[in-house]
Amino acid sequence: MAFGAFATSAPVVESAPRRRSKVALLLLLPGIAYLALFFLVPLVSLVLTSFQAKTPGTDIGVYEYAFKIENYGFVFSTYSEHMLRSLLYAVVATALALLFSYPLAYFIGVTLRKFPLLQALSLTLVIAPFFISFLLRTLAWKQILSDEGPVISTLKALSLLGSDAHFTGTPGAVIFGLAYNFIPFMTLPIYTSLEKLDLRYVEAGSDLYASPVRTFLSVTLPLSAPGVISGTLLTFIPISGDFVNASNAFLGSSETAMVGNVIESQFFTSQNYPIAAALSIILMAAILILVSIYVRKSGTEDLV
Amino acid sequence: MSKSLPEDPLIRSLVTAARKAQISRRGMLLGTAGTIGAASAVSLTACAPSGNSIVWANWAAYIDEDDEGNYPTLDRFEDESGIRVSYQIDVDDNNTFYAKVKDQLALGQDIGADTVCLTDWMVGRLIRFGYVQELDKANIPNAKNLLPSLQDPGFDPGRTFSLPWQGGFAGLCWNKELYPQGLKNVSDLWAPELKGRVGVLSEMRDTIGLIMAEQGVDISSDFAAEDFEKAIDLFREKVESGQIRNIKGNSYLEDLKNEDTIAAIVWSGDVTVINAEAGDKWEFVIPETGGTLWNDNFVIPVGTKKNADVEKLIDYYYDPAVAAEVAAWVNYITPVVGAQAEAEKIDPALAENQLIFPNEETLAKVKVFRALTADEEQSFGDSFQSVLLGA
Repeated sequence: MAFGAFATSAPVVESAPRRRSKVALLLLLPGIAYLALFFLVPLVSLVLTSFQAKTPGTDIGVYEYAFKIENYGFVFSTYSEHMLRSLLYAVVATALALLFSYPLAYFIGVTLRKFPLLQALSLTLVIAPFFISFLLRTLAWKQILSDEGPVISTLKALSLLGSDAHFTGTPGAVIFGLAYNFIPFMTLPIYTSLEKLDLRYVEAGSDLYASPVRTFLSVTLPLSAPGVISGTLLTFIPISGDFVNASNAFLGSSETAMVGNVIESQFFTSQNYPIAAALSIILMAAILILVSIYVRKSGTEDLV
Repeated sequence: MSKSLPEDPLIRSLVTAARKAQISRRGMLLGTAGTIGAASAVSLTACAPSGNSIVWANWAAYIDEDDEGNYPTLDRFEDESGIRVSYQIDVDDNNTFYAKVKDQLALGQDIGADTVCLTDWMVGRLIRFGYVQELDKANIPNAKNLLPSLQDPGFDPGRTFSLPWQGGFAGLCWNKELYPQGLKNVSDLWAPELKGRVGVLSEMRDTIGLIMAEQGVDISSDFAAEDFEKAIDLFREKVESGQIRNIKGNSYLEDLKNEDTIAAIVWSGDVTVINAEAGDKWEFVIPETGGTLWNDNFVIPVGTKKNADVEKLIDYYYDPAVAAEVAAWVNYITPVVGAQAEAEKIDPALAENQLIFPNEETLAKVKVFRALTADEEQSFGDSFQSVLLGA
């Protein structure tokens, strides 16, 4: 089961009741209807759009249903670089977010356990950025990191940066923005796992003469693996399709354009719906494949 | 907040007097303005007006606005006509606005606006698709005040479907403190010391139009695709080499303010606005090799039945005195004959401002980017976007 990672680590003893209850089906109905209406219908429409073709002589943005598989060929040949760049940025930003979030979640979930008030306060601080639109926060970073802004001008004054160096519009700025924006999505699931960590296991590790590192690797990390896996998925998937951080108007430039930016531009500016749809489907497929492999490989026991 | 006048005659006269005292935005920002805040607070007590209401979608910073966020000329129209106007800053970019409403337009449905101001070429597209309604000129007697040069554009011969709101130039702008030597031509943007500090507009016709003009192409003529591609090649080279870093719509103003961008291709009126907002740091010039001239035009989308009310609104803004008042705030070219004389009454310097009332000499330096065919619109647009996406 691919998404078993979301389940708790406790083994499932009882299997689900076999008998099909009419009530259960009835209760499922709203959910199924919702998925059919808001997932299945748009998905089918997207697939159909991705095969559309332009009729010669028609005006801009007019397409008709065809079976133009070349759309996919065009997308692969033209935008494979953007696809790879998106996945690369997503991997790096997810890794950065994990590096930052794990110690933070550990601190809040384990170290602060004896101080419930401080713990609650720290958690609030993690969530606090959500009170402000992430667009505004990203724009604020753009100002802070601008050429004449406090960070870059200080680094220039200290001769740590050349006088013509800049940060906004570079891959580094985009990855920074992505990691920054998704850190809470990483921290919270890891915190949920670590908060339940039974410290007696850690104690047992040291009783058995394991080094702290060894104890961490054999006890803490595996027990928090469900949190790490859901955290990485919650960051990696949206980051792959993000079009805000990398856009010209925020932290990116034309050299940092990700798939999301291409889809947005094709859809809204060029009115090239088939290409945008084909790109979306390829992106969905790529994420689905990568995530399945990841979840399968990192079945909680194999993580270490 | 309701903008209509209160019924109480005493308060009513107070508010009216206060509104009359309003002056241009530049004057306001320079601190020469009187206090009008108190009077505006009084208008909070206003009651709901009777009669019709219409929705007007427009671009940001494109109408006279006071410190309270009211639109003085629009408020007066509401009082005079009894028509309530909801002014929505809904247009951020021609393409994105079009993408948002085109499905409703295709079905002939209401798009949530009874009139909208869009740029020439987009209006041309809307007319081609039959997405806009004819204007009843009988309801717009002031339309006779339209500048002769704007009366017969290629995309709307005889102005059957559209009337200009404001116009402007695309030209060059630089930060006088950081780059005192200034710019004269587009090629001055390629100076090595400006590497990575150059911004251009994401509006294709302006950025490529300026480059083409420097390459000796008449952008209003029937130029060939090769001429366009030649400009795109230069543009691509400058983007890939990192000379041009920022390619934006109206948000380029942020880059000028935070000084990521030192030199840029910009729209004329904006420079006056940021100079007033953030210190007199920037200078605007039309390149010697030529700039572009564009207009944003009122259109009535299919799907609205409030044509008569919209036409009344347009007619009101074609009154020279009203047009002069708007122009004094927005610093864009007014399309209304007689506005210059009215502007002289407000401030003689205003009537001389080449960005608002360009003379023959100024107009000789700018050209309107010619109307593109549907195929050209698609293929030129794709080329331009591919540079923006680094593809």
